[in-house]
Amino acid sequence: MRIGFLADIHGNREALDACLEQARRQCVDRLVFLGDLVGYGADPVYVVDRVAQLQENEGAIVLLGNHDAAAVACDTTGMNQYARDAILWTHGELDPAQIAFLRGLKSSFEEDDRLYVHSDATAPDQWRYVTDAAEAERSLRATHKRLTFCGHVHRPALYHMAPQKPAVAFKPQAGTPIPLIGNRKWLLVQGSVGQPRDENPAASWGVLDVEKSEFTYLRTSYDIETAAGKIHAAHLPQILAARLYIGR
Amino acid sequence: MVARQQLQIGSVIDGFVVSEKIHSGGMASLWRVTKAGVDIPIVMKVPTILDGEDATIIVGFEMEMMILPRLSGAHVPRCIAVKDIAQQPYIVMEYIQGLNLLKLLDETPLAPARVAQIGAKIAAALVDLHRQNVLHLDIKPSNIMIRESGEAALIDFGLSRHLQLPDLLEEEFHVPMGTGPYISPEQVLRNRTDPRSDIFSLGVLLYHFATKVRPWGIPKFNRALRARLWRDPVPPRKLNPDIPPYLQEIILRCLEPNPARRYPTAAQLLFDLQHPDEVRLTERAERMEQSGFIATWKRRFRSAATDVEHPRAVAESATNAAPIVMAAVDLSEGMEQLAEALRKEAGRVLHFVPGARLACINVLKLNRVGLNYSRDAEGRNIHVTRLVELKEWARPLALSTGEVTFHVLESPDPAAALIDFAKNNNVDQILICARASSNLRRYLGSVSSQVVAEAPCTVTVVRLPTGLAPLVEATDEPARETEPGPP
Repeated sequence: MRIGFLADIHGNREALDACLEQARRQCVDRLVFLGDLVGYGADPVYVVDRVAQLQENEGAIVLLGNHDAAAVACDTTGMNQYARDAILWTHGELDPAQIAFLRGLKSSFEEDDRLYVHSDATAPDQWRYVTDAAEAERSLRATHKRLTFCGHVHRPALYHMAPQKPAVAFKPQAGTPIPLIGNRKWLLVQGSVGQPRDENPAASWGVLDVEKSEFTYLRTSYDIETAAGKIHAAHLPQILAARLYIGR
Repeated sequence: MVARQQLQIGSVIDGFVVSEKIHSGGMASLWRVTKAGVDIPIVMKVPTILDGEDATIIVGFEMEMMILPRLSGAHVPRCIAVKDIAQQPYIVMEYIQGLNLLKLLDETPLAPARVAQIGAKIAAALVDLHRQNVLHLDIKPSNIMIRESGEAALIDFGLSRHLQLPDLLEEEFHVPMGTGPYISPEQVLRNRTDPRSDIFSLGVLLYHFATKVRPWGIPKFNRALRARLWRDPVPPRKLNPDIPPYLQEIILRCLEPNPARRYPTAAQLLFDLQHPDEVRLTERAERMEQSGFIATWKRRFRSAATDVEHPRAVAESATNAAPIVMAAVDLSEGMEQLAEALRKEAGRVLHFVPGARLACINVLKLNRVGLNYSRDAEGRNIHVTRLVELKEWARPLALSTGEVTFHVLESPDPAAALIDFAKNNNVDQILICARASSNLRRYLGSVSSQVVAEAPCTVTVVRLPTGLAPLVEATDEPARETEPGPP
């Protein structure tokens, strides 16, 4: 079985569609959405509907992210000005059914030897970032599951930790299958589909081959002009469009 | 964690029937096994200790489990199956029949020509390994088999590193990882990302085979490993006067403490081992004494301040840089313009690629049948004449002796000779001229088209503009077409 992991779509329809199209070509059997379907981008309605449909029809697993929770509650505590503007706008765009869908999402999910969560696993609804080996270690110690998949930082990363050892960071290269083997735990941070920040503007996601226990980080190029144009048209902060081009 | 099943003769695991134990070591034991449908001799490697309290013991096994299935070719054992640590852990691989180089230590010092020949086999194995993004990092006689078919095969990837995969050993040990006599200076400094580390270890092996002595002995403590950062070894020719200057040059260049002063790639080392006459001799070749007290002390002082230098940058530069470019030069009359166009193209390629090395080739076509005369009508040696002409062709490029070599090949089939040279020397790019097309050539096939079709690398075909394409503006530049080689 091949599972596709998509995190931080942030209302970017063009990026989501491009990744789903590539997932089909990659023979992905199931999808896991690791939170933050909305916020920043100009297509929250389309993204929520498409993901809800995938959950309904194809058994996709969908997790809650901090922007989803903020859009539901209209609560922007702790967010910067641009994120706040986008959340308030997004809240106004969503209809009651879409709000209800987001409200119903779980903040973590376990199956087999895997944990899915939007951010740090110690306290999934605190939305803490995993940005280095020490933070990865904290998250890995909070679960018995061998593999943890999360998003939230918008930069793809990989950490591994052997028993009684500190966690170690590795910078994965897109397209190279990485064997997740051995007597150790692995934390796979997904980059962002809709707003990558690792200086590569292509949408970032990945595929797990369950039988081989191999994970491949992937990059998918998409129509940035259209996605950015809609952000301008919706009078969202200009910077949210500009950063898509440079991936920062 | 405990092994689920104790292996014994007759055990059957996932269809593998265990027949006999052939090795029992601290880390792993090796068992001969058989399986229906597998028609080569195979062995099962099983880690000896599986104790969750001491995970470091099995990390080498995990590393091998990660790397071996991703390798292919004659220079590694074929991987048949792996089973993860979480279950009954094992690796089943080809049992390589042949000579383990450890057996040759009793015969040292070996004849210099034999040392170069063995060195070339190992260098070829390293080229193939590095091409697959893997560094062995434990090159030593016991880890090298010479197959019955002649190739060197590298075994035991427990300390190896795959440059595109996480290094499981990175945080496991805070001491240098390698084998004392062979470990490279950068491994002593815990940098595990430089392909040139394998070139250093191969240099130690060649030194040992050629002199019967290890350049830094057998270091007993980790501190003693640091000597190789500042102490130059006794020149091999002092220990064995039979060693020719070219071989000392090669060995001492491999043993340079600074990776940047070694061969940039295993392919370039292989090239020198295969072409003794073309080795650029420096002061290293003639050296008969170790450095004096002052020079050594200065190096020691400097090495104390040295630390691991930008490991990632080093790795990238060492795997991709310093290609071998081969120019197939046609020296026949009437080809002067094309030869000049080819030289321009060579100049462009060398200008943009730092560390590139140019091999200038001319093929002396022999008759398939009948006598071949090695002298022309005036009695001059044709081979030597061609060599002189080849050097004359390259002179305007103003390359230094280390950057260019000259080869006149003799063959009835020029295309096959060029392709063989490219294969045997791991050439990265071939530059070749194509004459204007004619009906005759279309029927008989041209040398350049055969080279394009069969070369193991990128081929750039240089043509003169024909003037038959009026849509394109005429320029002074020759037309170019580049075809990527097979991946």
